[in-house]
Amino acid sequence: MKLIRLFALALPALGLGFGLGFGLGSPAFAQDLGDAPPTAAAVETVEEEVGLTGSVTDDSDWEDLGIAIASFATDRNVSTPANASGTAALGRELSRVVFNDLRNNGLFKPAGPDALPRPTFQQITAPNWSSWTNRSAEMLVHGYVRARGDGRLTVGCYLYDVALRDELARAGWVVPPGEWRRAAHKCADLVYSRLSGEDPFLDSRIAYIAETGPKNNRVKRLAIMDSDGANHRFITTGRATALTPRYSPDYRQLLYLSYVDGNPRIYVYDIGTGRQTLITQSTNPTFAPRWSPDGKWILYSMAVSGNTDIYRVSANGGPSVRLTNTPGIDIGGSYSPDGSRIVFESDRSGSQQIYVMNANGDSQRRLSFFGGRAATPEWSPRGDQIAFTHIAGNFRIAVMSPRGGNLRHLTNSWQDEAPTWAPNGRIIQFFRTARNSGTTGLWQVDLTGRNERKLPTPVDASDPAWGPILP
Amino acid sequence: MNIRFATVTLLVGAVALAGCKTQAPDVLPPSSTETVQPDPVQTMQPTGPTLGSQAHFEDAVSGQNVIYFDTDRYNIDTADATALQTQAQYLARYPSINITIEGHCDERGTRDYNLALGERRANAAKNYLVSLGVDSGRIRTVSFGKERPIALGSNQSAWAENRRAVSVVIS
Repeated sequence: MKLIRLFALALPALGLGFGLGFGLGSPAFAQDLGDAPPTAAAVETVEEEVGLTGSVTDDSDWEDLGIAIASFATDRNVSTPANASGTAALGRELSRVVFNDLRNNGLFKPAGPDALPRPTFQQITAPNWSSWTNRSAEMLVHGYVRARGDGRLTVGCYLYDVALRDELARAGWVVPPGEWRRAAHKCADLVYSRLSGEDPFLDSRIAYIAETGPKNNRVKRLAIMDSDGANHRFITTGRATALTPRYSPDYRQLLYLSYVDGNPRIYVYDIGTGRQTLITQSTNPTFAPRWSPDGKWILYSMAVSGNTDIYRVSANGGPSVRLTNTPGIDIGGSYSPDGSRIVFESDRSGSQQIYVMNANGDSQRRLSFFGGRAATPEWSPRGDQIAFTHIAGNFRIAVMSPRGGNLRHLTNSWQDEAPTWAPNGRIIQFFRTARNSGTTGLWQVDLTGRNERKLPTPVDASDPAWGPILP
Repeated sequence: MNIRFATVTLLVGAVALAGCKTQAPDVLPPSSTETVQPDPVQTMQPTGPTLGSQAHFEDAVSGQNVIYFDTDRYNIDTADATALQTQAQYLARYPSINITIEGHCDERGTRDYNLALGERRANAAKNYLVSLGVDSGRIRTVSFGKERPIALGSNQSAWAENRRAVSVVIS
């Protein structure tokens, strides 16, 4: 079943050359697209190797837990397309990815494989406890990688409590060689979830806009990458300005704004085929595309004679329904996780403020009464918070409750804009613009506001959109 | 018709000069009265820019192809009206010329909102030209939000220069 799906996904990617060639030759079919990235293959969980669990960990002090992440072992060092030096070297790379996932996100106090003893394959399921007890590491991560006969890889991940000398969690996955990093992210997610009690978030991707060039003539390209910045890929060539991407929940499509025909308009880009289509055939400008959590609906904003309202259209096409109808700018929109409500932005009261309505457009009411302006609301995937840009002098990332109270600022810089949630609703990414120079970068902050860091990107970056956990 | 048109223009222009409060750019495009009625002999000179070019348009309206807005506003003030009247005169004189009005914003707004605000500004300028008798089919609008600043600093005067609607001849 999974194998069949894998082939179905790979085929459109192979057909890409034809699709692009046709598009470029036809002026009516304007494109600004490079090669389509390979579509993510399915990652299977190895059912027979999954077995849980142990004692319940006290999660109050989990941030201070020391975790030793040892090199993943291999049963037999054989060649693999995933690593030129074979599966033994791949095992070390896997453990480095786990280590960096935890370290870069400020999770726990991890120690990486380069400073630790290297366990044998047999020790993965039977740790040599005496070599781990004196390392100020309360937790131990072991893992292995094994090349399968069908060319894919099996990766196992084990979490141990060193003091209890007991296994807390284990899981295994089968991945194509090109997807080996996903197994490491799943291992890091397993460790994080088991010890923190939170949902996983690391096996996910980010769409954003890569920026180069001078402030008055920025080149803006649609780009995608894994949650740790790996597997980076430019989608558009930069001839036309691209803005505000959003991954579909199944990661098969991207919504984004492009000036490819000279006007700002929303396109649906199909990752498998590399083709893109307009969200609506209307000649009016369209902005601010958003998916519903189930991927069945698309919100977009459209200006008609200068007046912008929010519309909803089925992801399969068909007629659009206008959800707002005021003389002001109504724009954006973010669904509650259950899809029943939409939080959005409107200046109907005279300045940008945050409003909420039912998914059919009924019962519109204002949520933000904080002074200043409030913009770009994004509902947490957990449903418990709404992140937004608070404009009162500077632009700051803030959160409030879905009822409009409990304002908390998470950042304090000159211009922080456009929050996007981690899949588990515990971390927020946004972009920061520097005064005068106009340089931009992606940043993230946790809900305490204390752990803030810049994400590495090849060039300047803006408009991040964090997708859900990969299917 | 032409005479009445010019009279209205002169009157509004005088009001604009008397109470010019909203224009924050340090250097304003010149808006002297002789630009209201461009000398036809001048524009015929063979050494000048050719008809149908952006340079020809900007020369004829003395640089008043750009109008400016207050923060988060899109209303046409008296100075904007004067500039748009000179543009309307040019378009009346050259009925084969069509224009695009580009709406722009300063960097101190969020991206999506600025796209919508730029569209509003471009439409405000377009609607004013249409009210002066320009066929709406000759005017296209496009918003660039905060994507194409003309002044590069992050200060009040730079932002004032960037909050603009620019009329561009479609070649």
